[in-house]
Amino acid sequence: MTLAIFLQHLLNAMQWGSFYALIALGYTMVYGVLLLINFAHGDIFMVGAYIGFFIATFLLGIVSNSAATLPPWVSWLILILTILGSMVLTAGVGVGIERVAYRPLRERGAGRLYLVITALMIGIFLEYLNLSTLGAADRGFPELIKTEIYSVGGVSFTNVKLIVIGLAILVMIVLELIVRRTKIGMAMRAISYDKVAVPLMGVPMNAIISATFVIGSSLAALAGIMYGSAYHVLSFDMGILIGWKAFIAAVVGGIGEIRGAMVGGFLLGFIEIFVVAMGQVPGFEWLSSTYRDLVSFTVLLVILTIRPTGIFGVARRQKI
Amino acid sequence: MKKIYLPLVVLLLFVVIIGGSWLRILNEYWQLVLLFMGINVILTVSLNLINGYMGEFSCGHAGFMAVGAYVTSILTVWLFAEDKVFGPPVLPTAWAIPLFPVALIIGAVAASLVGLLVAIPSFRTRGDYLAIITLAVNYIVKSAIENMEVIGGPRGFVGMKRVMNNMADVFDAPWLLIWTFIGILVTIFIIRNFMSSTFGKGVEAIREDEIAAELMSVNTRRVKVIAFMLSCGLAGLAGGLFAHGPGGYVNPGTFTILKSTEVMVMVYLGGMGSISGSIISAIGFTLLLELLRPLGVFKWVVIPLLLVVMMLFRPTGIMGNRELTDVFPWLRTIFGSEEESYALASN
Repeated sequence: MTLAIFLQHLLNAMQWGSFYALIALGYTMVYGVLLLINFAHGDIFMVGAYIGFFIATFLLGIVSNSAATLPPWVSWLILILTILGSMVLTAGVGVGIERVAYRPLRERGAGRLYLVITALMIGIFLEYLNLSTLGAADRGFPELIKTEIYSVGGVSFTNVKLIVIGLAILVMIVLELIVRRTKIGMAMRAISYDKVAVPLMGVPMNAIISATFVIGSSLAALAGIMYGSAYHVLSFDMGILIGWKAFIAAVVGGIGEIRGAMVGGFLLGFIEIFVVAMGQVPGFEWLSSTYRDLVSFTVLLVILTIRPTGIFGVARRQKI
Repeated sequence: MKKIYLPLVVLLLFVVIIGGSWLRILNEYWQLVLLFMGINVILTVSLNLINGYMGEFSCGHAGFMAVGAYVTSILTVWLFAEDKVFGPPVLPTAWAIPLFPVALIIGAVAASLVGLLVAIPSFRTRGDYLAIITLAVNYIVKSAIENMEVIGGPRGFVGMKRVMNNMADVFDAPWLLIWTFIGILVTIFIIRNFMSSTFGKGVEAIREDEIAAELMSVNTRRVKVIAFMLSCGLAGLAGGLFAHGPGGYVNPGTFTILKSTEVMVMVYLGGMGSISGSIISAIGFTLLLELLRPLGVFKWVVIPLLLVVMMLFRPTGIMGNRELTDVFPWLRTIFGSEEESYALASN
């Protein structure tokens, strides 16, 4: 494997890992505050992608029939409007689910695992609502900005790929700042530290939880649109596998930790891309792409066995 | 006198179900529904040991089911049927009838050995980290099967229909239903007795507080290993029965996270730590799936909504952690243990 090919795969892995990382962030934030594995999150990603698809097609329909003839600033404007619109609406969906399904259960004092099952049910509901109303056919996500291919030293990449990776890293930095530097972030950290004392200190618990769902869902929407722009195919079940895997990435990084979600997501992306890439290296021909899940999950299992709290997770001391 | 009731009830059920399908009073559709009900009961009751009684969160039950399904069907096809891969049957086909349960048991043992894979990391991790380990094991099992070309890879493994036909040729009886029925009895018997044994008390102690349990001299490692292996083994038994169903074929796509989710839903719907709750919810859920079949795709829109609404009204599932005998004490005369019925009589 030459250096150029290695860098090429590295770039692909960064893009693929970006999706995992962004979705893992949603898992990890909700988990940090509520200790709830929000299994509906992968489907929120799907909802975000579809909302983005509808907004983009609607906007493109207003201005013209194809993106190719538009001046660049219009297509950029459409992209930004699509992202913002989808983030806002998906955040609405996420908070709505929290209000309708999770909060009443929480207030009734149901066990944590019942919440998890409810989340699973919501996820299935979203998938099949999509399947039954929009049909089983895949949707083609429109090309919002003209794809340009650059090549530097044998490594070729598109502008979309750069935008995806750049946005993911930017989001991560902003989020880390929000959690570390703002009052709302402080409240989130406080709630994850002590759920009994913090509401007594005058922190509005429900408002903070809603804010967490807003952030998590809008990140999933962003990931959905980026996924659509990169691969151009949307289907009703696109969120299932990527959602489960992102959850695993979040746990391996150390659930509840933002850096952990980032590292876990990129790590999973790297392993998956490189298992497939190694198949072309002499001596590793037996390693076909069907081994991807097997290898990646075995590696993750080994990491978890060595470090049970994940890479960045800190074992909390238990008081007896 | 009271000891007679339970065998009587079981015998009555056995005669109605097996006799009904033998004499073709129950048509093939209902036999299939009954078979799925039985398999779901085994799966739910066995998962309830980990997710309900022990309070851990295992979400990869379908993986162990897959191990049991593949091991059992490879054995039966190799031994009792003509197959492209394994050649002519090793043993005379008539032996299939007595040896079928042996194959089931070997499948269950194989599944419980894979269960060790989960049990060992569970010493150090708990709760959500264990969820991920079971999830990963489910993926690993599915992916490993997909990569084994000998047993069909992603296309699946066929030939169990010939085994069942051979058994029916020797003696015509609804063999699969009979063994499923016995499987249910064995599962309930094992889980019930396990939970009232010292180990069972240890399992409950782990659910309440693992550290306190350790301090109270519960050997948590041993209890966990045994509980996991038991639960996974019974899942393997269910898998072995499932593989010999009417289709006579298994493929790795059946044993995905969705299947595990289905089992989890049945456990939590019935109530954590309630065997009768598990049985009721497994039967009810299977029936619900069949009743809503005319809705087509909308079925999976309606069912999650129903379950979410149900969770809102009964957040602990149908039975909570109680048994049917706690709700209706007169049932103890039938199902209760001997001491319980004596206590009831003396009241």
